[in-house]
Amino acid sequence: MSENTVSNDAIQKSREQLDAHVIDIVRWHFSEDTGCPFWLEWAKKAGWNPVQEIKSFDDLLLRFPHFQDEWLRDLQPEVWVPKAFKGKPFNVFETGGTTGMPKQRIGWEDYKVDYSEFSEKISDAHFPRDHYWLMMGPTGPRRLRLAIEHLANVRGCSCYFIDLDPRFVKKLIAGKQFDVARSYMDHVVDQAVTILKHRSVSAVFTTPKLLEALSEKIDLWEAGIRGVFCGGTTMDPQYTRFLIEEVLENRIGFYPTYGNTLMGLAASVPISKEDNYSITYYSPQPRAVLRVVNPENTEKVQAYDAWGRVELTTLTREFFMPRFLERDEALRCPARPPYAWDGVAQVRPFGAMEKKIVEGVY
Amino acid sequence: MNSIPHIPCLRRGASYESLDQIDITGYATEQTLATVSTVNAGIIRRDLKRINEAKATLQNFSVDQLIDMSSKAGEAFLKETLPLGDKGHHQSPSDYINTLSSTSGLPHVMVKRNMQKIYHALTHMRTVLNGLTRGLDLSILDRGYGEQFGTRISYYSTAKALGLVMPSNSPAVNSLWLPAIPLKTPVIIKPGREEPWTPYRLIQSFIAAGCPAEAFGFYPTDHEGAGVILQTCGRALIFGDKNTTSQFANDPRIQIHGPGFSKILVGEDQIEQWPDFIDLMASSIAENGGRSCINASAVIVPKYGLEIADALAKRLGPLQPTHPEDAEARLSGFANPKMATYIDGAIEQDLEEAGAQDITARYRTGKRQMEFEGGTYLSPTIVHCNSMNHPLANREFLCPYASVVEVPQSEMLESIGPSLVVTAITRDPSFTQELLNSDLIERLNLGAIPTMKISWDQPHEGNMFEFLYKRRSIEREA
Repeated sequence: MSENTVSNDAIQKSREQLDAHVIDIVRWHFSEDTGCPFWLEWAKKAGWNPVQEIKSFDDLLLRFPHFQDEWLRDLQPEVWVPKAFKGKPFNVFETGGTTGMPKQRIGWEDYKVDYSEFSEKISDAHFPRDHYWLMMGPTGPRRLRLAIEHLANVRGCSCYFIDLDPRFVKKLIAGKQFDVARSYMDHVVDQAVTILKHRSVSAVFTTPKLLEALSEKIDLWEAGIRGVFCGGTTMDPQYTRFLIEEVLENRIGFYPTYGNTLMGLAASVPISKEDNYSITYYSPQPRAVLRVVNPENTEKVQAYDAWGRVELTTLTREFFMPRFLERDEALRCPARPPYAWDGVAQVRPFGAMEKKIVEGVY
Repeated sequence: MNSIPHIPCLRRGASYESLDQIDITGYATEQTLATVSTVNAGIIRRDLKRINEAKATLQNFSVDQLIDMSSKAGEAFLKETLPLGDKGHHQSPSDYINTLSSTSGLPHVMVKRNMQKIYHALTHMRTVLNGLTRGLDLSILDRGYGEQFGTRISYYSTAKALGLVMPSNSPAVNSLWLPAIPLKTPVIIKPGREEPWTPYRLIQSFIAAGCPAEAFGFYPTDHEGAGVILQTCGRALIFGDKNTTSQFANDPRIQIHGPGFSKILVGEDQIEQWPDFIDLMASSIAENGGRSCINASAVIVPKYGLEIADALAKRLGPLQPTHPEDAEARLSGFANPKMATYIDGAIEQDLEEAGAQDITARYRTGKRQMEFEGGTYLSPTIVHCNSMNHPLANREFLCPYASVVEVPQSEMLESIGPSLVVTAITRDPSFTQELLNSDLIERLNLGAIPTMKISWDQPHEGNMFEFLYKRRSIEREA
């Protein structure tokens, strides 16, 4: 068995763990004494009892329809508060929202769990403890801002922040105001350059395009940067190679991540030349499950190495979201150590090959 | 060795194989003829930060030496087998002709003609530069300073490099950038998507002739990458239609090569002899498949418009696609069949507006858009318009197309609009003077001279020397 292969036993074990977790989470959200108003009401209308009938992840896939994003737009946040958390103030996190009402997810501690776990996967050489970080990217109402600060804090670090409003950028790009978009990006990057020139910082979290722009204005290694997290937009293999070889000069640690307010954080396995710089992400299972499904028949999962639409199921005590169809597509990848479940590779906006997607300059 | 060549990106002359590659396929066969590495804008931006190193490699040579190398490059381009890509493949001249023909739709005879134009430009570089510099002692460019014509002269280079956003439809336009190399300016080329062949072969020719490889950047890239090339090199050429080029219209660093709207004008003094000029008109319209900006796209006459349109239609209308290897081939296939459909649709749509008639329709067998051996072609089209205001009167399409319009001689120059080449068939001194005074005409042929005739010692579309160099005033202590 090669070092990149996961044993059937390990896969089976993770599957059993997931099934047990599903039972626990479904029981939590659909029990009168712990569940949230939305799911309790939903079960009444559905006419079946998830607590009794869901015994595995496969049951969940069979019985639950796709989670509708309108529910997160149209309903007040309190419908998502599990009874067990009642009276406890929550964070309201938002996603998307270029125009109109954004999707909102409430939460308490989930982001800390994901990012504390992620801290164990990054090296001290790239992210020295007890130092300083810089986040340059979407902050505002996003979970990411608190999550990154928490991750820094877990490692004994403090973090500087520079905001980029992706909703504004998307509007600029859609309106073909490319000069304004470029000026705005320069404005954001210039602020980061100022911080790096005047403060000691060893780690950066940002988006791929902002990282590239930053590197054109300052020598990242000379500025003290030793590790970079990237996330937020598409990174195809060639672009990833460009970032590693040329922007980070093969000497600054690079950790791409895939995540959003609804899922949390999916880490990637180490990127290598041998893998042709393809980034494969693995969800923080069992708290979240990613599948690559047939876009024409979303009941069916795609074959390995085939493109399909990304489907997310979130399974925490704070939030239950079955079978949400992301606006992303990806290649389905097999389990790979240390992950004993499927991964998603080369994530890009859904339909990217057919139509031009506005991802903005960020 | 893989049987399909891979054309890499060239970064200061060094091959770079990208993980992003596109297939270049034959337009009729869809057979993959090569894969081409494509790169993102960031790579170009990074490389351009070090472009001065590339420029320094050319500074090591005199203009004279680089002219000699250009001449050798011309010989290599026309006659030698040269490297094709980074996987050990080679390309003979006949391979080049076959491949370019099969991806561009140009018949062999037209590819050969384009090859000859490039060969001529390279092997007559001294004449070309003499024309561009108006007889400047070229060693002044080596020294940066000198005396000639009884005065002190100094020139400085205006650009770190010459950026080129090339088209896919006409290989001979590569001849425009060739003087940059003897003028000691590196070139940064974004090839047309279907036409990597000519710029890549030219680069290999220069390298074979002893030119430093570092002077050549070859970046198949996207729209953003093209923008970086245009905005960063200091000087750049862009080819394309009005939609592509209009945003750069007011940028002096960027020279636009768009539609030519070239025309033939016949004066009142010569119009009675119009049958004598039909050959000239037909060749000006249809030579090179009607794809050049110096092809005539309008014939403007004081009378006999319908008769002239009919005579041209009778000559050109029956032309049919032939096998690409046919020495008599006159029509080019379309690498992108959608382009043919678009052009055909645009002509048909505007014909619906009163005042225009497709005269070729009566001589054509079948429809304007034709299929032949898997390729898509457009039959020549001669449209008679009753006024220059008709939407088809002053149009240019990527096929043999021309309008014929009757306009009184006294109103001709008011109606022609900007025209790259005007052939004016007249001996009337007063009309001739008006033509000479016009600021609408880039190249003026006085007399029965085809619009396709160009002079290498006279730039007809921008002066590359004046684009790449500026004269400075200088004083030196004795």
